[in-house]
Amino acid sequence: MSDLLALLVVIPLLGALASLAAGIGRDRTGWYVAAATLAVQVAAAATVAGRVLTGDRISYAVGGYEPPFGIELVVDGLSATMVVLVAVVALGVLAYARRAGPRSNRFYTTYLLLVAGLTGMSVTGDAFNLYVFLEITGLTAYALVASGDRGRSAVAGLKYLLVGTFGASLYLLGIGYAYVATGTLNMADLSTQLAAVGYGSPLVRAAFAFVVVGLFVKVAMFPLHTWQPEAYAGAPDSVSALIASLVSTVSAYALVRLVLTVFTPEFLEAVPFARTLLAAVAAVSIVVGSLLAVAQTEIKRMLAYSSVSQFGLVVAALSVTNGTALVGLAVHLVGHAVMKGGLFLTAGLVSTGTGGRSVREYDGLAARMPVAAGAFGVLVLAMVGVPPAVGFLGKWYIVLGTLEAGAWGLTAVILLSTLLTLAYFARLLERMYFRDSPAGTADAAAVADGGDGDARGVSTGMYAAAVAAALLAVALSAAVPAYEAALAPTIEVLLP
Amino acid sequence: MIAALADRAYFVAAFLLLGIGSYMLIGDRNLVKKVIGMNVFQAGIFLFIVASAFVTGASAPLLSEPAPYVSPLPHVLILTAIVVGVSLTAVALGLIVRIYAEYGTLRADLVEEVGDGE
Repeated sequence: MSDLLALLVVIPLLGALASLAAGIGRDRTGWYVAAATLAVQVAAAATVAGRVLTGDRISYAVGGYEPPFGIELVVDGLSATMVVLVAVVALGVLAYARRAGPRSNRFYTTYLLLVAGLTGMSVTGDAFNLYVFLEITGLTAYALVASGDRGRSAVAGLKYLLVGTFGASLYLLGIGYAYVATGTLNMADLSTQLAAVGYGSPLVRAAFAFVVVGLFVKVAMFPLHTWQPEAYAGAPDSVSALIASLVSTVSAYALVRLVLTVFTPEFLEAVPFARTLLAAVAAVSIVVGSLLAVAQTEIKRMLAYSSVSQFGLVVAALSVTNGTALVGLAVHLVGHAVMKGGLFLTAGLVSTGTGGRSVREYDGLAARMPVAAGAFGVLVLAMVGVPPAVGFLGKWYIVLGTLEAGAWGLTAVILLSTLLTLAYFARLLERMYFRDSPAGTADAAAVADGGDGDARGVSTGMYAAAVAAALLAVALSAAVPAYEAALAPTIEVLLP
Repeated sequence: MIAALADRAYFVAAFLLLGIGSYMLIGDRNLVKKVIGMNVFQAGIFLFIVASAFVTGASAPLLSEPAPYVSPLPHVLILTAIVVGVSLTAVALGLIVRIYAEYGTLRADLVEEVGDGE
C-alpha cells in the first residue's frame, strides 16, 4: 500500500517519458499518453486519499533507508487533499488543452513533469527533497509559461525564472540554517530537534525567516508577487489555468507544512514576531492585491492580482493556527484552485471565441457566448463568497478561526476584502449582462456564432472543462462537512 | 570583531557572494548578467552549506581510523543543488536566446518598452 506513494510521483514521470518517446514515431500522440497517465494518477491519488482520510497516515522510506536518515514520503489528510487536487485539476485542464493549448509532444512531457513535481512537493517528508521538487515544479512552470508563441511569453518566463529561483534559493538557505542547527533534514525529526535547540536560537529564527520569505515568493505574497501577473498573462490559456490553480496552491501547502510540521505552533508562540510577520504580510496582500486587481484592464492580469489577495486569506488562516482556521485554509485552497482555474479557462474560452482579453471587451458577453458568460458569472460569485458556493465556506471558516483567535484586525481585513473582491468582479458582471456588445465586434461575433459554433476554434472539451469548474465550485460545498470530519485527525496532529 | 570574522571566513565569503549575486540579479539591466548574478547568488548558498560541514583537520569519512571527519551529507545535497542550478541556467539562457531573436536586444528595460508597445 505504501508503495503507492512512490508511484504517485513515478506515474507522471513515466508518462512524461512515454509522451516524449511516442513523439518520435508520430506527432500528436502526446495528448492520449498524457490523458491515460493522468487517469491512472487520479485513480492512484483517490486510493491514497481514501485510505488516509479514513484515519491512516501512510509513510514510505525511499530506497529502503529508514527515516530520519533516508528520504521519507508521508501523506496525511492535508497532503492527500493536495495530491487529489493536483491530479484532478491537471486532468480537467488537459481536456481543455486538447484544442486550446500548445499541442506538441514536448508540451505534454513538460505538463506531466509539472504534475510530478507538484505531487512530489505534496507527499515528501524531507525538507531538502521539498527543495528539489520545488525546483522541478519551478523549471517546468517556467518552460510552460514560455511555451506561448509570442515574445511576451519568453520575457514572462524569464522574469518568473529569475524571481522564482531567488525564492527557492532563499528557501534552500533557510534549510541550510536548520541543518546547521540540528543536523537533520527529515521534517518530523526537524520539529523535535529544533525544539531541542531552542526557539530563541538565532539559527532557528534565521531558518524560519529565510524559509518563510522564500516560500512567500513562490506563493506570490505582496510585495514578492511581481512575477505573477506577467507570468499568468503571458502564458498560453491552458497553462495559465494550470499554473494559477496549482503552483501557488501547492507552494502554500508547503508553507503550511513547514510552519506547522517543522517549526510547529509552539515556535509561533515562543516568537511572537513570527506570527506578526505572517499576519502582517497576509493583511497587506489581501488589501493591496484587491486594490491592484481593481486597477487592471486585462482580464488575466486582474485574475492574477486577485490570486495575491486570495492567498493572503490562506496565510491569514495559517497565522492564527487553530483548527477552524485550518479547515478553512484547506477548503479555501481547494476551492480557490477550482474557481481560479475555472476563471482562467473561461477567460481563455472567451478570448478564443471573441478575441476579447480586456475588461472593456466583455461588454454584452451574455448575448454572444451565453454558456461562457454563465460559467464566468457563477465562478465570479463563488469567488466573492456568495453562500452556496465553496468560496463562501472557505472564507466563513477562516473568519470564524480569526474570531476564535481574537485577531480582530484580520477579521476586519477579510470582511473588507470581500467588498474589494466584489469591486473588481461586479464590474465584469455588469458589463457581461447589462451592456450591449460593442458595435464593431458584434457583427464579427455574430458571424462566428452563426457558423457551426466552432468557427473560432472553441471546442466542446473547452466548454466542458469551464462548465465543470463552475459546477464543482458550487457542488464541492456539499462535501465540506464530511471533509471537515475526515480532516480532524490530521489537525489534531498538526495542532496538538 | 575582526578576529571573529576571520574565524568565519567561509561564511563571510558566502554572504559577500549572496550580496553581490542579489545586487546583480536585481540591479543589472543586461539579461545575461542577471543570470550570472543568479549563479553567483546560488554559489553563495552552496558555499554556506558546504562550509557548515567543514571541520579543521578532519578527513573524509571513508577512513576507518577514529578521527574527526567531515559530514558528507551537505556535499551530497549541494551536488544535487548544483545540478538544479545548471538546469536553471540552461533554461534561462534558452529563453534569453528566444528573447534576443524576438526583440533584438538583451537589455531588460528595452525589452519591457517594446513589450508595452505591443
